[in-house]
Amino acid sequence: MEGHLNLTLKIWRQKNANVAGKFETYQVSGISTDMSFLEMIDVLNNRLIEEGDDPVAFDHDCREGICGMCSMYINGRPHGPNRGVTTCQLHMRSFQDGETITVEPWRASAFPVIKDLVVNRSAFDRIIAAGGFVSVNTGNAQDANNLPIPKEDADEAFAAAACIGCGACVAACKNASAMLFTSAKISQLALLPQGKVEAANRAQAMVAQMDEEGFGACSNTGACEAECPKGISIENIARMNREYFSATFSSK
Amino acid sequence: MTKLDAKIPEGALADKWTKYRSSVSLVNPANKRSLEIIVVGSGLAGASAAASLAELGYKVKVFCFQDSPRRAHSIAAQGGINAAKNYQNDGDSVYRLFYDTIKGGDYRAREANVHRLAEVSGSIIDQCVAQGVPFAREYGGLLSNRSFGGTQVQRTFYAAGQTGQQLLLGAYSALQRQVGMGNVKMYTRHEMLDVVTIDGKARGIIARDSVTGALERHFGHAVLLCTGGYGNVFYLSTNAMGSNVTAAWKAHKKGAFFANPCYTQIHPTCIPVSGDHQSKLTLMSESLRNDGRIWVPKKQNDNRKANEIPEDERDYYLERRYPAFGNLVPRDIASRAAKERCDAGYGVGTSKMAVYLDYAAAIIRYGKAEANKNNMHNPSDEEIQAMGKAVVKEKYGNLFDMYKQITGEDPYEVPMRIYPAVHYTMGGLWVDYNLMTTVPGLYALGEANFSDHGANRLGASALMQGLADGYFVIPYTIGAYLASEIRTPAISTDSEDFVAAEKAVRDRLETLMNIKGTKPVDYFHKRLGKIMWDECGMARNAEGLKASIKEIQALQKEFWSDVKIPGEIDNLNPELEKAGRVADFLELGELMCIDALDRNESCGGHFRTEYQTEDGEALRDDEKYAYVAAWEYEKQSTFKLHKEELKYENIKIAQRSYK
Repeated sequence: MEGHLNLTLKIWRQKNANVAGKFETYQVSGISTDMSFLEMIDVLNNRLIEEGDDPVAFDHDCREGICGMCSMYINGRPHGPNRGVTTCQLHMRSFQDGETITVEPWRASAFPVIKDLVVNRSAFDRIIAAGGFVSVNTGNAQDANNLPIPKEDADEAFAAAACIGCGACVAACKNASAMLFTSAKISQLALLPQGKVEAANRAQAMVAQMDEEGFGACSNTGACEAECPKGISIENIARMNREYFSATFSSK
Repeated sequence: MTKLDAKIPEGALADKWTKYRSSVSLVNPANKRSLEIIVVGSGLAGASAAASLAELGYKVKVFCFQDSPRRAHSIAAQGGINAAKNYQNDGDSVYRLFYDTIKGGDYRAREANVHRLAEVSGSIIDQCVAQGVPFAREYGGLLSNRSFGGTQVQRTFYAAGQTGQQLLLGAYSALQRQVGMGNVKMYTRHEMLDVVTIDGKARGIIARDSVTGALERHFGHAVLLCTGGYGNVFYLSTNAMGSNVTAAWKAHKKGAFFANPCYTQIHPTCIPVSGDHQSKLTLMSESLRNDGRIWVPKKQNDNRKANEIPEDERDYYLERRYPAFGNLVPRDIASRAAKERCDAGYGVGTSKMAVYLDYAAAIIRYGKAEANKNNMHNPSDEEIQAMGKAVVKEKYGNLFDMYKQITGEDPYEVPMRIYPAVHYTMGGLWVDYNLMTTVPGLYALGEANFSDHGANRLGASALMQGLADGYFVIPYTIGAYLASEIRTPAISTDSEDFVAAEKAVRDRLETLMNIKGTKPVDYFHKRLGKIMWDECGMARNAEGLKASIKEIQALQKEFWSDVKIPGEIDNLNPELEKAGRVADFLELGELMCIDALDRNESCGGHFRTEYQTEDGEALRDDEKYAYVAAWEYEKQSTFKLHKEELKYENIKIAQRSYK
């Protein structure tokens, strides 16, 4: 049943990348428990606008948990307290009346803050551009059913391909490592015959780009997997490491 | 009066594309290197076009307003993509896909375009598999198919309930590969704010860098708008928050005709509105109608819980009214039927504006099938339930999870509540067979154009069209124009037309910032949405449309005198971005009502209450309205109608029946 909440929000405000940010405190009242977390921020923002203040900038788009654009660090966890959901799918029924909620941007040197809760995640695009593809030009394909793929492999590739590129794994990691993101793409393509041809080059190029972007190393704490809204498994990291080391040892 | 030449090739329908493709002008590889193409939008149409054109050797620039091309709203498409592969041996063919699409569109689409779409549909699946798109497969390793509305074959390929995501990530990978090779220059967090035309031809765009607020001028020998649909004119829709009509509308004001703006698709299976705070609506994939049964109580204002209503007191109204297609009737029909039941007092839930989508029967059916498969002779009810739920979870798990997140109810235990919501727009920029608008050098692809779905789109056909346009149509048809542009050197962006276009954009942004009124942008957007939903939504009539045109004009004035935009013009300013988009929606909404008023018939998603059959079905008027309504912008609130007659040479126009 719908209820209503009064909340205290501590939100990170930062005008742009060049100035320091700080927390500001806001009170919101009468928040419906049926609202999504972002709809609660909408309510705050419309009030700020009417009061003549600058609204809180945050990334969001599809609001159905698939585009990967929303990115809030809520009470010390990427995408908030619930498992397997993005911030846009987090609903206010997960909070208690009178609670104080702290909201920050993703924290990672490879994800610099643009404004308030908005960060720059273009490093992920560059990792994909380094090798996250099968080199097949349009028009080169054979009939799709000429290449049977065991269902188990296809399902496993799909599970890795479900990554939405939101960056929660990086935000959750104490080393700000992008291993879960990078390994998900490497795994998806390494599991499929289409991707095997370039598997060695891909692993090396993507890992090199990941390092160049300034992401940290993996120390196997598993926070990324626990916080991933799409349940991407850290087995992918193990697979990436296998791919990477076998590529390195067999390279000419 | 008409300037409309669809440039449909001569010859028999099935030969047109093959012959055209083999004879259209080519651009040699050396010349391609000096030809520049601007692609606006990075969804299925934009990403596939940009990657394919870059592979051919053109110099490509891609623009998107999101922080990465992978965010485009194609990503949210759930159910699947159609292709006439006939892998199921159930009688599918290119002709049948063509026929279903024309009929599904209520005989308001162009035959030649739709046939081409059906012809290339198979190649899309081949291409996607080659890229590593992990489609669902059977145990033998071959691709799996399911059914969608408006068809009686299984031709829909899918990847769980995330088909759009997987197809977009495939196209995005292809795009990023070209970015990595230096063939595509990517501009993220950039919004196109005008098309630059020189001597009547599209020669570039003005874009705003959302982070710095800087305006930029970009030259291109051709400009491709792949900017999606305009469903957000209704405020509440299944579109992403940022989805907008701005690029298409700016093009319209620079001379591109806007076709069939009133054709909007209201999708029957969405999660109902929960309150005034609602910012967007969420779709429950049409694929759920494969297995789910839709019903309402037989008794009006029945307040019992769904599970307390016995079987014989339930009205499975789609199965009752449309026995041949049952729960898989096309979207327009399913939506209207839901509205009819709710308006008549049979709706469910607290708002009474919802119907049930029930999986109880499917869970038992799948559970029993699993028991058979596993040689269990006397399975208990619990075992059947558990096995049935497992099967449903594998097929639709992510959708069920999403429903639970949003509503707080468990759809494995109680039926889902659903209601129609705005989902897709069949109308869009008018294009010829080459996908070129009425402005030479300016193209529209994917949902941004009007071309293939007539008055109603069939499920799983949007992904097909977006990728068809990008992978397999534009790489050929753009040659017809660019072959004559090889002598045009890159035009300096310091030329007066570019300077003037940028100044006009800057003036408009400054005007918006300087209004300093009292109401946030959302206030106006919500009011526009309410007018559109009430009067230009699932049911329309002349009186309501006339009144809403006046209301929208008044709202435009109010917006331009009372909107309040905080922040700065030269910084990240989401409210300023929204304001520009809502200003354009306010003009488009007016045109949609004008178009809906002009079309004195009902067809597909356009239902005029004055024009219906005795049993409440859409009543077309083929004598008077078998045309594409293409509107030319003359001045504020003044649009001129041009008609493209639709000729059906291969299909006999008939009353559309799914009974």
